[in-house]
Amino acid sequence: MRRDLHGMRLEIAHGRVVDPASGCDKVGTVYIADGVVAALDKAPDGFRADETIDAKGLVVCPGLVDISARLREPGFEYKATLESEMRAAVAGGVTTLACPPDTDPPLDEPGLVEMLTRRAGSIDGAHVHPLGALTVGLKGERLAEMAELHEAGCVGFSQGERPLPGLAVMLSAMRYAATLGFTVWLRPEAKTLAEGGVAHDGEVATRLGLASIPTVAETIAIRTIVELMGATGARVHLERLSTAAGVALVAEAKKRGAPLTCDVGIHHLHLCDRDIGDFDANCRLSPPLRETSDRDRLRAAAADGTIDAICSDHAPVDEDSKQVPFAEAEPGATGLELLLPLTLQWGRDVGLKMPETLSAITHRAARILGVPAGTIAPGAAADICIFDAGRPWVVQAQALASQGKNTPFMGLELTGRVVRTIVGGRTVYSTGP
Amino acid sequence: MPLSPRENLQVGPNGELRHLLTTEGLPAETIRRILDTADQFVSVGEREVKKVPLLRGKTIFNVFFENSTRTRTTFEIAAKRLSADVINLNVGASSTAKGETLLDTVWNLQAMDADMFVVRHSQSGAPHLIARHVRPGVAVVNAGDGRHAHPTQGLLDVYTIRHYKKDFGALTVAIVGDVLHSRVARSQIHALKTLGVPDLRVIAPKTLIPAQVERLGVRVFHHMDEGLRGCDVVIMLRLQNERMNGALLPSAGEFFKCYGLTAEKLARAKPDAIVMHPGPMNRGVEIDSPVADGGQSVILPQVTFGIAVRMAVMSMLGSP
Repeated sequence: MRRDLHGMRLEIAHGRVVDPASGCDKVGTVYIADGVVAALDKAPDGFRADETIDAKGLVVCPGLVDISARLREPGFEYKATLESEMRAAVAGGVTTLACPPDTDPPLDEPGLVEMLTRRAGSIDGAHVHPLGALTVGLKGERLAEMAELHEAGCVGFSQGERPLPGLAVMLSAMRYAATLGFTVWLRPEAKTLAEGGVAHDGEVATRLGLASIPTVAETIAIRTIVELMGATGARVHLERLSTAAGVALVAEAKKRGAPLTCDVGIHHLHLCDRDIGDFDANCRLSPPLRETSDRDRLRAAAADGTIDAICSDHAPVDEDSKQVPFAEAEPGATGLELLLPLTLQWGRDVGLKMPETLSAITHRAARILGVPAGTIAPGAAADICIFDAGRPWVVQAQALASQGKNTPFMGLELTGRVVRTIVGGRTVYSTGP
Repeated sequence: MPLSPRENLQVGPNGELRHLLTTEGLPAETIRRILDTADQFVSVGEREVKKVPLLRGKTIFNVFFENSTRTRTTFEIAAKRLSADVINLNVGASSTAKGETLLDTVWNLQAMDADMFVVRHSQSGAPHLIARHVRPGVAVVNAGDGRHAHPTQGLLDVYTIRHYKKDFGALTVAIVGDVLHSRVARSQIHALKTLGVPDLRVIAPKTLIPAQVERLGVRVFHHMDEGLRGCDVVIMLRLQNERMNGALLPSAGEFFKCYGLTAEKLARAKPDAIVMHPGPMNRGVEIDSPVADGGQSVILPQVTFGIAVRMAVMSMLGSP
């Protein structure tokens, strides 16, 4: 349906072109034709732009790749709809995203996956790559039809927020996935140690009297997973690291050559358990916010590449599900539109250059999904994010396209705002003239 | 990244008490004012007409989402002695069972022109949530939320300690038992630290000590012999039935053997040490009967002072 416009020629002139994959960071012009990047700097012979975008003073980078964003369909339309969250994605500069299978029903059947991708494809927005359910109904009992789901478009298999109850199923799932060469996505959290917990097992949970999740819930899970990787040869992606000790284990496993990748949610790079304050339900996240020292280690690990990607962990939650006592609140925060400014903030804080900063939400993230995205090189799909790196804006309900207004950053001023988002050479989001 | 500053729900800009949600962060001056006010109310209970007109015409709702006849009764007596109209609601058995949300319940009661809510809830932080959503001028008193806080209990305990020991500045106080699940212990710890107790201890097995509790300013002991040595005040915590057998403790009997307060163990404390318990006691589990009924026990005076302290809190909240 975008075909009719594929002939469109676009010139993005005089922007600061940043391509993290190549390390490129210089003022230049991007030429787009037929939905792909035709050339950088020098116009191809006979190129005549149908539209020229003046990007002076703006950053022109690959469209962002968010490897975990919940779109809430099917089943949770009262929290958010595909339409609202697809709008949020492009408003946040995200042109490729992976959505976890924890919908209702979960994405455990090819038909559901096809319906979702077809619906998403009919909306002019980001490319959606579903993660399939690892087990039927995410119940952790029977394996889902991975080959069928893969054919339907799933880029990996996950349990979402439902940890596997037993090791026998994990062993079997990893063996089966390894047979077919699929990546198993796992939240490293030992179920029996985390059950009932809502906050990090530390001073804050003690003060607030909240049931807690100890650090060992994560480290034991990582050790177990790494052990099973050795036994099965499976490739694993660890979702949402939250502890310094967990980072150390991942670094160790990677050093030994284990086919392991991992990510961190953007909130965990900025917040810690203290931010819960007087029971702020917007800080009820999963995994829980941990200590300052954990946050600092996560920040460093995302910078040195031990952590492969940063994701929004976007989870729009309806207001009623947050207006309850902390422990009863549904975990999660809206994140698609905060991913860029919060990543930029992290990059500034740890002293990274722009290409290094953006690599964690572009080509490094795309590599995990195994999709050709996250680069702005000639021949690549013209998925582009143009943003004003210095523009401040205040996080307010009406400033967010997402139906979820639940964020710990509500009311805060952030720096960096998307000006235009282009998918396949077409402008799908623009802040106007 | 610092988040938006959060308002102090409990204490207004001029130091006035708006709600009583926790003893944490309550200024020493506010605590002293509550204790001094309670002093004046102790005698009310001794009069023939046990009533003062301070809250006449005010409507107080005791909203108990978790059952507790005893605590509810003490609040009810306190409110009635202040001449308030008191309505008791056992919500656990009604609205929420029908699916009404916590805030809907509160807003409904607020529409009946409540002036004050006394709230007990099984979830930590529920009173904070309510305090954030009631209209200005409506006060919330936390009567116990989850494992978080039971501030009036904490305050009546420091009242009792002040009554018998006068000066907090040289005291050694030990809190013994299930600190992990105890909102009472947390409220005592914050209040005693604020009032300047220099040596505050908790004594329990590692399974009943919450993470990093020493950051609240307490010293952790695992053995009674050591922990009780030289104490001026020994506070025993109630051990809930469901904790007695399971993964945290092998049995009530074994707990009593190691942590139950007997005359022999109490001998480690100072000879004039007082023994406290927030009630209801499990005789033979956390405390031996001869100690509970003995000369060092101030358990019953605690109950009497509890009424006065709750009157003090309610009068300060209800008559600005």
